[in-house]
Amino acid sequence: MSSETQTLQTLPTTRPAISVPSVLLMFLLLAAASYGALIWAPTERTMGIVQRIFYFHVASAWSGFVSFLMVFIGSVAYLRTRALKWDWLSVASAEVGVAFFTVVLVTGPIWAKPVWGIWWTWDARLTSSFLLWVLFVSYLVLRSLVEEPERRAMVSAVFGIFAALDIPLVYFSIWWFRTQHPQPVIGDGGKLDARMGWVLLLTWAATSGVMIVLIRLRYRLEALRAAVDAVRMESVRGR
Amino acid sequence: MTLARATSIILAKELRTEFRSRQLLGTTAVFVLIVIVLFSFTFNPTATESRRFGPGLLWLAFLFAGSLMLQSSFLREQTNDTLSALRLAPIEPFSIIAGKMAANFLFLMLVEVILLPVFAVLYNVAILPVLPQLFLVLSMGTIGLAATGTVFSAVAAQARLRELLLPLLLLPVLAPVLIASTEATIGVLQDPSELSLVWLTFLACFDVIFLTAAWMVGEYLLEE
Repeated sequence: MSSETQTLQTLPTTRPAISVPSVLLMFLLLAAASYGALIWAPTERTMGIVQRIFYFHVASAWSGFVSFLMVFIGSVAYLRTRALKWDWLSVASAEVGVAFFTVVLVTGPIWAKPVWGIWWTWDARLTSSFLLWVLFVSYLVLRSLVEEPERRAMVSAVFGIFAALDIPLVYFSIWWFRTQHPQPVIGDGGKLDARMGWVLLLTWAATSGVMIVLIRLRYRLEALRAAVDAVRMESVRGR
Repeated sequence: MTLARATSIILAKELRTEFRSRQLLGTTAVFVLIVIVLFSFTFNPTATESRRFGPGLLWLAFLFAGSLMLQSSFLREQTNDTLSALRLAPIEPFSIIAGKMAANFLFLMLVEVILLPVFAVLYNVAILPVLPQLFLVLSMGTIGLAATGTVFSAVAAQARLRELLLPLLLLPVLAPVLIASTEATIGVLQDPSELSLVWLTFLACFDVIFLTAAWMVGEYLLEE
């Protein structure tokens, strides 16, 4: 019984996963970024109003990349230390990264349709983002198919490392492959209005804030799950 | 016991197991053959067009075949829990993975070499003058396939729905191999034939990166 209460005390419920000010800051950043992207930034000359989606599109891609990088870090650290907290970081980051790349893959076609006239083209950047998304969806599928926490942490760490190592290879191969073929022009290389640059930076800060908050919440959920499992195991043993 | 010696013993064991039953190779070869025949219905497989599409279809067929064939690599050990026995052996854990990798490489190469002439006949591609170059591209692509496939076979063996899971894990990771091998094969088969150094270097990079990764994480995969 004593060990059970001990486990219960170590449950991470006693302190909140994220402080109220940090959540407020995140929403403030999001609001400011939305205002900047939708109202303050000048309307792009040739693409018009739809170009405003660009800020969240690009910022989500950056945050998605950072999340996937954290899957790699978490996976390597788990194999080295065998501390399950690194596995929690990996799964939290992978889910958040997939969410961000879903945003990228949804906003992309919305932007592309009026500008290029088509929803999707097999351009290098589009194809590799799509493949990246598929890679980490596979990672999440793998996790859902292994029950035992240690085993799941180990196999997903191995796959997470392989998937992360694959990212540069995917990019280079598709880039070399696609540049041999005609492709639509993405940007005309014109000068960026200073306000556009600032808004992009602000949006990036906002998506990074969302990323941090979501990963922390998801990490905490995973920690709680592990704690509950531990209590359950304890009670089974005590019987 | 050195790594090389242990690896070669495991390799010999894998080969002996396969050539006693001879199930895997025959089934996989027939599978690739079916895929090649079915692909021919999706477009007109003659002359110039087939030079452009043929190699991609061929590599896709090899990738599918690999993702099905490599299942058994670790699954086979589960029936009588022979993996535990291998684990108990006083050898470096990586030699188990390396031996299986080498065996899988040889199996895949064998299937590919058997199917290549069939493909050449069916898709009207002249392979005889460029056989050495083709062999080089085939083996470099297959190293990548065998390296990642063997590791993922060990990963998938520990999960549910493993038959479905292995292609799901393997195919997206192998996308760069598909692109590079296909482009290199197209280059070799076109007239005049050209061995693309860029894609060969790329394949070499892929092979080295994932062989190293397999070497570094291999021992974790075999833990109980």
